[in-house]
Amino acid sequence: MKWSLVPRDTAAPLATWLSPIAAIALTLAAGCVLFAAMGISPMQGLVVFIVEPLVTVRGWSELALKATPLVLCACGLAVCFRTNVWNIGAEGQLIVGAIVGGGVALLATPETSRGWFMLVLLASAAGGAIWASLTAWLRDRFHANEILVSLMLVYVAQQLISWVVQGPWRDPAGYGFPQSEMFAAASRAPILIEGTRLTLGSVLALMAAAALWLLFARTVIGFQLKVIGLAPRAARYAGFSNRRALWFALLLSGALAGLAGGLEVAGPIGQLTSSISPGYGFAAIIVAFVGRLHPAGIVLASLVMALFYIGGELAQSRLGLPSALTGVYQGLLLFFLLACDTMVAHRVQFRRAAAI
Amino acid sequence: MRAADLVPVPTSQSPRLAMSDVTKRYGAVIANDAVSFDVMPGEIVALLGENGAGKTTLMKIAYGITQPDRGTIAIDGLVADIDSPRHARALGIAMVFQQFALFDAATVLENIALGLPQAPRREIESRVLELAARYGLQVDPARRVHDLSMGERQRVELLRALLGRPRLLILDEPTSVLTPPSVERLFATLQQAAESGTSIVFISHKLHEIREFATRCVVMRSGRVVANVDPRAQTESALARLMLGAEPRALALHDTLAGEVMLQVSSLIVDAVEGHRLDDVSFEVRSGEIVGIAGISGNGQAALMAALAGEITVRSDAVKLCGKPVGHLDSAQRRALGMRYIPEQRLGHAAVAGMSLEDNALLTDESVQASLLMHASTGRVRAARVVEKFGVRAASLSQKVETLSGGNLQKYIVGREVLQAPRVLLVHQPTWGVDAGSAAAIRNELFALRAAGCAIVVVSEELDELYQLADRLFVIANGRLSPPRAPRQISTEELGVWMGGGWSAKQPVHATPTPAA
Repeated sequence: MKWSLVPRDTAAPLATWLSPIAAIALTLAAGCVLFAAMGISPMQGLVVFIVEPLVTVRGWSELALKATPLVLCACGLAVCFRTNVWNIGAEGQLIVGAIVGGGVALLATPETSRGWFMLVLLASAAGGAIWASLTAWLRDRFHANEILVSLMLVYVAQQLISWVVQGPWRDPAGYGFPQSEMFAAASRAPILIEGTRLTLGSVLALMAAAALWLLFARTVIGFQLKVIGLAPRAARYAGFSNRRALWFALLLSGALAGLAGGLEVAGPIGQLTSSISPGYGFAAIIVAFVGRLHPAGIVLASLVMALFYIGGELAQSRLGLPSALTGVYQGLLLFFLLACDTMVAHRVQFRRAAAI
Repeated sequence: MRAADLVPVPTSQSPRLAMSDVTKRYGAVIANDAVSFDVMPGEIVALLGENGAGKTTLMKIAYGITQPDRGTIAIDGLVADIDSPRHARALGIAMVFQQFALFDAATVLENIALGLPQAPRREIESRVLELAARYGLQVDPARRVHDLSMGERQRVELLRALLGRPRLLILDEPTSVLTPPSVERLFATLQQAAESGTSIVFISHKLHEIREFATRCVVMRSGRVVANVDPRAQTESALARLMLGAEPRALALHDTLAGEVMLQVSSLIVDAVEGHRLDDVSFEVRSGEIVGIAGISGNGQAALMAALAGEITVRSDAVKLCGKPVGHLDSAQRRALGMRYIPEQRLGHAAVAGMSLEDNALLTDESVQASLLMHASTGRVRAARVVEKFGVRAASLSQKVETLSGGNLQKYIVGREVLQAPRVLLVHQPTWGVDAGSAAAIRNELFALRAAGCAIVVVSEELDELYQLADRLFVIANGRLSPPRAPRQISTEELGVWMGGGWSAKQPVHATPTPAA
């Protein structure tokens, strides 16, 4: 008995939206197997992993805090992916945004006025955009593959931040740790709710999601990007510039990722260190696809992904499980999403004998 | 009534191929609806029908590529469950496809040897040469396929098929890429094969070649067999009626007076657009005239249209629009100056498959170039106007364009451009794969536009269409453009020779030797 995948005539629109939910359910099911394999009762594992983070206000605020950089990065990536620009270097853009924003933040003194924070944000967005512009330029000028270039620039960015916190910007009073001085109050993101770590950044992330919706639903440039992504030949026919779209998508996603980096260092971290992101830029790729490149989907998917981050930390401290669990859950989610999407678009056909 | 009963078939021997009650569905579409079809030994059967009538599906079932949902197939009286092309070949069935399946980088001999059991090269070569001589299929076994013309490539495919000594040979639109002299030669070969007992089925919608070469003609329409006739006893218009179901609508014909030059192309040179180039092309199109450009596809049409429409930019004075150099402008800028373009490929080029009729109305709308915000109502109003004025059958304006039938989508695209009152209109294959009613409607639109003073360029492979539409005819071959001719001053035979590049000879065109393709 042989089997093959046959494309369905029409994919049900409902199934397209249910696919991410099925993928999340399957990820949790596989997670249970994983817990059992490590000698922990699946029930207990799930409670620690996904229930405990959600029972307190503080838990929810932590969730929103972790979701913030994911939403920002994923919104930018959604613009790229819809335009058929495969930027997978949001992590690098986030780091460079943090470096440039952090550099501006370090200039503030205790006497600097509160408005300085706006400058920090602008600088971090500019930093991310500049880093993304390298990818855009190499692709535009030399037809370099943007997947490879943007990915490799992540590693360059990681070296860059290691260097600044070990070299020029190292805190002289920091006992040699690879980290900068703590930022002055003027450079820090305003706290939204007293008693939590939630900052203005979460509001900005929601605004970015709203702007993403506006871009594709209401603006001409969004329409042009969609056409370029769906049918490049039709775009050339219509006279929409592929080059302009490439630059627009990369600069925008770079700026948003940079902003996410700036908000991390000016928010919960409060200084530059060599490890400012637990892979937010990469996780945002999964978030963008689980969220169906749609703003509302991205916000929801970011919360799920944030839960995996927090759950992974809790599983480590409470159950003694390895912290790599978060990465495994992320990988499972992407795997199941791809599998579900394949099954939405295809059906399995069994045949008696091989053809051709 | 089963149409196969119309003509008595000899009962002395069992049919080579007998398909009965064959049904094949693709989702909601019925490609074959209880079709019965048979071929006797030594017969040449033409399978006639419009695009989408189900001819190719039926033959793919006979060749084992597609499995029917219902029905039986018998070969020489024995029921066979043909589940793969390999199985079909073992039963003595060979098929030559519209798209040739040859390796460009390999030689003719290597291509032929690939499909054969292992044998010494010299032995295969001698068999190929012997077969080629017998059927008059001259082709050099040592040449590489990428150097061959379409006609020569088809000869390689035929040789490969004949080498297996098939008892049934199926050809899918064998003449679509051939010049008239090559068509004659092809059928001479096929007749010879039929005389030695091979049954032949060829799919076609060219009426004259069916009348000339087929001994029987089976007509299909919307998945059913609707007639089974002796084509030699039919007129072309009778066959056309059988194929189309009703007399095609007459076209509005009237004399026109060409006005001033609207589009001027001078020494246009293009290097390699999708592998095709243009070599020093010059011509002009006047207001109120339709210029037709004939040619076998792949001879530079794509490059010409891309350069004229602005999808690729060229030397600025190589293309002039109303006297203004526009070669350096992109398609949107040329559109703003009154140029409109209807590409050959509907989905993915002229329209975006995943978008609605409304959104596709905006694709070539000037508002999407000029403003910042989308106005959903603009698209809706534009789409509604096109649908209403051009009789596009659509359930709603928010449905995706890929759900429209080929004819309706083409009407929608033509309507979208025509309603913008173009000064110059470029059209590539205006009625390709479109049903007869829509095709007539589209041609009438082009006539109306011409009457309104538009300068129109029509690039097409359908000679009948060009004869109907064009005031002046050019031929494009190998990236070069022939001198113009009035359609009534050039016969199809002569056009065929030109399509092989034959106009360039100094002596009168009739006297030129037949070109290779």
